[in-house]
Amino acid sequence: MASLSPTIPVRVPETGRGGGSAPPQFGGGGDGGRNDGYPDYGQRLRRARLGLAIALAPIFMFFVSLVSAYVVRQGLPTFDEQTNTYVRDWIPVQLPVALLLVNTALLAASSITAELARRQITRQAALAPVQAIPGVTLGEGRGFPWIYVTVLLGAGFLTGQWFAWQELANRGFYVATNASSSFVYLLTAAHGVHLAGGVLVLIYAAAISLFHKPVEARRIVVDVTAWYWHFMFLLWIGIFGLLWFMR
Amino acid sequence: MATSPAVHAHAAPQGFIRKYVFSLDHKVIGIQYIFLALTAVFVGMFLSLLMRIHMIWPTAVLPLIGEIKPETYLQLLTMHGTIMVFFVLTTAPQGGFGNYFLPIQIGAPDMAFPVLNMLSFWTTFVAFVVMLCAFFVTGGAPLHGWTGYAPLSALTNSGPGEQLGADLWITSIAIFCVASLMGALNFITTVLDLRAKGMTMMRMPLTVWSWFITAILGLLAFGVLLSAGILLLLDRNVGTSFYVPLVVVNGQVMGHKGGSPLLWQHLFWFFGHPEVYIAILPGMGVASQLLSTFARKPIFGYKAMVYAIMTIGILGFVVWGHHMFMSGMSPYSAFAFSIMTMCIGVPSAIKTFNWLGTLYKSKIRFQTPMLYAIGFVSLFVSGGLSGPFLAQPVLDIPLHDTAFVVGHFHLIMGVAAIFGMFAGMYYWFPKMFGRMMNETWGRVHFVLTLIGTYSIFMPMHYLGMAGQPRRYSQFTEVAYLAHLMPLNRFITYAAILTIGAQFIFVINLFWSMFKGPKASDNPWEATTLEWTTATPPPHDNFGGHTPVVYHGPYEYSVPGAAKDYIMQTDPAGVPSH
Repeated sequence: MASLSPTIPVRVPETGRGGGSAPPQFGGGGDGGRNDGYPDYGQRLRRARLGLAIALAPIFMFFVSLVSAYVVRQGLPTFDEQTNTYVRDWIPVQLPVALLLVNTALLAASSITAELARRQITRQAALAPVQAIPGVTLGEGRGFPWIYVTVLLGAGFLTGQWFAWQELANRGFYVATNASSSFVYLLTAAHGVHLAGGVLVLIYAAAISLFHKPVEARRIVVDVTAWYWHFMFLLWIGIFGLLWFMR
Repeated sequence: MATSPAVHAHAAPQGFIRKYVFSLDHKVIGIQYIFLALTAVFVGMFLSLLMRIHMIWPTAVLPLIGEIKPETYLQLLTMHGTIMVFFVLTTAPQGGFGNYFLPIQIGAPDMAFPVLNMLSFWTTFVAFVVMLCAFFVTGGAPLHGWTGYAPLSALTNSGPGEQLGADLWITSIAIFCVASLMGALNFITTVLDLRAKGMTMMRMPLTVWSWFITAILGLLAFGVLLSAGILLLLDRNVGTSFYVPLVVVNGQVMGHKGGSPLLWQHLFWFFGHPEVYIAILPGMGVASQLLSTFARKPIFGYKAMVYAIMTIGILGFVVWGHHMFMSGMSPYSAFAFSIMTMCIGVPSAIKTFNWLGTLYKSKIRFQTPMLYAIGFVSLFVSGGLSGPFLAQPVLDIPLHDTAFVVGHFHLIMGVAAIFGMFAGMYYWFPKMFGRMMNETWGRVHFVLTLIGTYSIFMPMHYLGMAGQPRRYSQFTEVAYLAHLMPLNRFITYAAILTIGAQFIFVINLFWSMFKGPKASDNPWEATTLEWTTATPPPHDNFGGHTPVVYHGPYEYSVPGAAKDYIMQTDPAGVPSH
């Protein structure tokens, strides 16, 4: 993942890597070679990223099972008493596509701002030791509040989704109207719940900066949330694509 | 360098609440899981006792409980299965022993995410409380079986307990899914990121491998169960038709249309089959560990054991259809699932032969943990051998939903997995509590439980082949089953005695905690890292330093070595490759 960010012109000390068939000379044990059992910030970041990657697997499986149910249900025939035959009863929902495209644009923008926030705090964390030297400043000031913008855009997306639901209801598609409408509400709600969780964590990340928590800890929170956010964006593309192209 | 003081979460907590209730220490959390499972297993055993009593005395009026009506019987079996599978078999082996010993066995000071660990236990606890609440609401517990098949479970008027009771059941399982996913995340990250110096993946004890693969299975399976449960809640409460086709209940046309009960079966069993491997793999890990330790011999074929665990895990995801052979599926699908199910017998057999190979020509120390480990192998073979029978779709036609299936899965899950837990408990008790459990009463418990459980579950194979169905509340009115009643009575008497024998274990457990003889740091002369540390281990497991590992975990009876075991952290021992 480090290769996706621009290289930062500050040397970050390398910690050792554990494992191997002979005891390594340094590293391992999650304690940065100090042998005291406590991980340093770089290892904690890598651990948090690993945790996120693992956490995305069950979230992915959850949506895979919903998509699988969608596909199967779409093809299922139902017994129609009137004609005494099996008929397909899948009635596509009239999606409010314009509204959903606006929401998609908001989410895409929020993904960009989340990435900018991530890179901004990466720079701040890298330069924190320099700024700790008395009399040294780097003139960056507080920097543009990318985290807040991401929160706003994310909240905007969720609000837009709510409006999309209102529009669906206006068109006569409620949760239990038919199979396709059930899935539209279910998939968008499931995605929305996960995104809302990301919004809450970003609000937490913004709040702890006000309480002057160390920038390394804040970087870990923002970094992991930004990757989660990108996953949520890609997931939305997948869901929207499914609902539109396989309607 | 501004490292946050919050990083140093391993400073020992003060105060009762932080130390024993909302503890971040994996050892405390492990014991909390064990006590949760201990409570759950007695609730589950009590339910099964009522079931067995009802089967042979259907019209009996029991004190405090009254008469058990047919629908009550179904409620009993639903809750028995649910509580045992989720709150005993998925918590104690993994969340209990895994939480306690995985970090220590890999040389880590704690799990990767201690706060998440604490949350995962308390979320499991909330799930358990919600599940128990189903007994006390109007209508009582649900009666749709632990498998919760739709449309019985998807309609609120399908029977007693199918209103609030079923909603609580689904909610409890959904909460449990979240808790398990949090735990699985922790286990996997810990194994990948927190191993000590020298602790390569292929030097990890097989217990750690089993907890690791089990966590991966849980990670991938519980998300699917969560989605299945959410769809079920929507069908029940919002009027969607994911699982419910056009149905008429008691003359009333329900508002559903177009749903598929098979969808529930697929989603549930896609979770359900990995779930049963989640239940058994930790027991296999413990058996491997103990057989090697008490036979004073390296485990036969360590690499094969590791690959077998991985293969069982992978294949476990492609066999779910063998629970659905009688659902009307295409015979071609049935054939595919049948072949994959037979394939999964191969790594299981590899493990079994390797256990036997470990014991071959060894000097066995027949202490209680070893008795249970050997018992595990015996029961795994007994229960496992009926699996390939059930894996044949043609044989499943007469055997599906009979006592044969009940015998099969109880021998594997209800006995072998439990023996794995007993083995782990007797083995690790000295490290957890600093005292030894009573050896004599341990052996008594073992003999009674082994004979008792075989007496209960072996005859069920015959009963199933003779045509006795499962989940039926009464057989006394049916002529063709009348000749089986003596055998049913025998099983019930054996069950009563076996349940009674479990009190020996509980009394031994609690008495030994306070009055047992004090244990040394390594009473079993074992090689793995938990035996290098103090008893019980200090807050950060290794007293301020991380261990360095020089050997694999099964260096027993190494030729030329001074003692018949070389600890993993011993640099002076004969180097292994």
